[in-house]
Amino acid sequence: MRGPEDFDDSQLLLEQVNQALENATPLRIQGSNSKGFLGRTTAGEILDTRAHRGIVSYDPTELVITARCGTPLSELALALDAAQQMLPCEPPSFGDGATVGGMIACGLSGPRRPWSGSVRDFVLGTRVITGQGKLLRFGGEVMKNVAGYDLSRLMTGSYGCLGLITEVSLKVLPKPRKVLSISLEMDPERALLRLAEWGQQPLPISAACHDGTHLHLRLEGGEGSVAAAHERLGGERLDASYWEDLNEQRLSFFDEDQPLWRLSLPHNTPRLSLPGRQLIDWGGAQRWLKSDAEAAFIRQVVDEVGGHVTCFSHGLTDTPFQPLPPALMRYHRNLKQQLDPRGIFNPGRLYAEL
Amino acid sequence: MNILYDERVDGALPDVDRQALLQALQSRLPGLEILHQQEELKPYECDGLSAYRTTPMLVVLPRHIDEVQGVLRVCHELHVPVVARGAGTGLSGGALPLEKGVLLVMARFNNILGIDPAARTARVQPGVRNLAISQAAAPFGLYYAPDPSSQIACSIGGNVAENAGGVHCLKYGLTVHNVLKVDILTVDGEHLSLGSNALDAPGFDLLALFTGSEGLLGVITEVTVKLLPKPQTAKVLLAAFDSVEKAGRAVGDIIAAGIIPGGLEMMDNLAIRAAEDFIHAGYPVEAQAILLCELDGVEADVSDDCDRVRQVLQQAGATEVRQAKDEAERVRFWAGRKNAFPAVGRLSPDYYCMDGTIPRRELPGVLHAIAELSNEYGLRVANVFHAGDGNMHPLILFDANQPGELERAENLGGKILELCVKVGGSITGEHGVGREKINQMCAQFNSDELTLFHAIKAAFDPSGLLNPGKNIPTLHRCAEFGAMHIHGGQLPFPELERF
Repeated sequence: MRGPEDFDDSQLLLEQVNQALENATPLRIQGSNSKGFLGRTTAGEILDTRAHRGIVSYDPTELVITARCGTPLSELALALDAAQQMLPCEPPSFGDGATVGGMIACGLSGPRRPWSGSVRDFVLGTRVITGQGKLLRFGGEVMKNVAGYDLSRLMTGSYGCLGLITEVSLKVLPKPRKVLSISLEMDPERALLRLAEWGQQPLPISAACHDGTHLHLRLEGGEGSVAAAHERLGGERLDASYWEDLNEQRLSFFDEDQPLWRLSLPHNTPRLSLPGRQLIDWGGAQRWLKSDAEAAFIRQVVDEVGGHVTCFSHGLTDTPFQPLPPALMRYHRNLKQQLDPRGIFNPGRLYAEL
Repeated sequence: MNILYDERVDGALPDVDRQALLQALQSRLPGLEILHQQEELKPYECDGLSAYRTTPMLVVLPRHIDEVQGVLRVCHELHVPVVARGAGTGLSGGALPLEKGVLLVMARFNNILGIDPAARTARVQPGVRNLAISQAAAPFGLYYAPDPSSQIACSIGGNVAENAGGVHCLKYGLTVHNVLKVDILTVDGEHLSLGSNALDAPGFDLLALFTGSEGLLGVITEVTVKLLPKPQTAKVLLAAFDSVEKAGRAVGDIIAAGIIPGGLEMMDNLAIRAAEDFIHAGYPVEAQAILLCELDGVEADVSDDCDRVRQVLQQAGATEVRQAKDEAERVRFWAGRKNAFPAVGRLSPDYYCMDGTIPRRELPGVLHAIAELSNEYGLRVANVFHAGDGNMHPLILFDANQPGELERAENLGGKILELCVKVGGSITGEHGVGREKINQMCAQFNSDELTLFHAIKAAFDPSGLLNPGKNIPTLHRCAEFGAMHIHGGQLPFPELERF
């Protein structure tokens, strides 16, 4: 399992962080920069994590894999494939060199997310270089662990603003025995109603996307349940590569020049009236919007239904993530101040105040 | 080392004028029910960890969230520690009161505020019982997955505070995987919503941070949980083994076959005999270990998986494999396991339940070491094990009326937890640290890690008034605990970082 480029570079990373702490130099933590377009534009000395790579341990019967932050996601996928296992949350790569560290820092999940859980749901433990210049370990390699605060899950999706994740342990699962993808022609309103209805039934749906004219579904499970669901739902066969194209934003929907917005919504939100084109994912809980509408307008519409918006087009707005209510922002600042008192980790990447 | 709050090592608590506090609460919150007579306070002196008791200064039983906010504001102004309590079923002393603190009982907030079947969510007050959520969701074919053994009585607020588990965690996750949104009040009574009705929320994942934070960061006032469609069917296989090693290996073999059971439980011989005597579940009492494997889902898949698991179990050397032939037998198989604690309780005047987790591959070695420790301390240990997710519940049998036995049981328990840490596990899988495992935290985390935990606490509760002394030990306590554990100049686990 050991790769030729495996290397424990944690001591050098620690030295770099301590140097930055000493000189109060802001750092921009970076793997392959495949997700560099997300978040605010920030200055800072680049801290490259890619030399710290390799799968540290993987025991398929324990359902746990531990890898260093610079490990390419493709290497992780190869190891899991060989054991017929997978990371169920399907994190997108957005580029060839995407790393494990970037996956955790951004916390983005793929089409299976509503049924399987998100990246943070599969995080069991981390090693982290902190704002005190220490390399510490939180959580571990066991499924259940409630000792102390859940720092590992707090770090997930924090865009590197609370410290440098150097290693992570993830829960993995066996691949389903049977996978079948289908397409059904129907309008989006009807698709959302159907999805709400099916969601209350034990159907083996593991992905659901509506592209404007067709509802695409992925069925996963044992042979029996997938065959029964297929018989019940009907539809045309769909190539499985559709889901990867959706996840990696390679569908033609994503080609257009207009800015791209991600809408995260409560499950039963009806179709939203917004200028531009929409793609419904996550059975309705995530929608992609290609639109020239003003950020404030999009936010207002989404806020009214209890959701939030992220801008996926770099540099379009100074607040790509939905602004937080003042009280919540105050506690975010307190936390940032406590964990990164010198403000060296990706300052301003998430919000200008952090 | 005693686990009751000790100001010398756990930090000085503010001296509070009880009368002034009572008057302030009465005048500012005229409708608030306050208990202050000695006999009224008595029932609240412990939670589910009844070996440890402290009489709280006052108990308040608010009925409105405004009153909770009022209590927090008054206590914050007068600098009074506050311990929140739900149903009081916790097993780690997380709701153990303080003599110098107010016990804030949230049990009266027991309304289900709404079930949204189309969104598959339930919005509930924190005092709603875990099982009541599934009962309310049942007409829609939905349920709330985490099922701690106390689910008939424990409340969802406490479940979130402890990140409660249950027997179905490998497949369905812990509380943290099944909660969408939590409303809290901070130490000075400010309201925050963490998470959202969508599947994620902007900013740091404070929902994950608060889940399992044991009441140290805020008081939970409302919870929105995720509901799942009820599995169409569930079937149970019971396998007997002539050694725990074989049973342990069989667990790994089931996973290796690509099957994730809904529940996968192991019991050792002492636990089997105790359960059989009590429940008459039909367990094979000669077996050294049994596995209960529940497969749930769609009928066709479950039948296929039952055949596969049966084959795996036989190949792993099971002396007998039985499948519950009907629902009544399935319930009976589970009844033995679910009543294992009280069953073991019949063997001995008292028992002490541990909650360590280990990587599954370490099971045979750990069970062997527990047997040796059991001999060394002269106390019997029965083992019940959530085998699927590596969560062990060794039950130490003792008699509190025999001088020194409680202390011996505590010491043996402490050794078992340190053993779990040593093999790469954790001191607590689902019961929480509370006061019970406050010393063992010093074995799992070094001083820098504990310092970081204290920094997180300071971000939300700089005055340290919320549930002081629980979950995270002071460095002072760990220094004393570390010093006590040096035997013959040797630390028990020299490879662990110390200070």
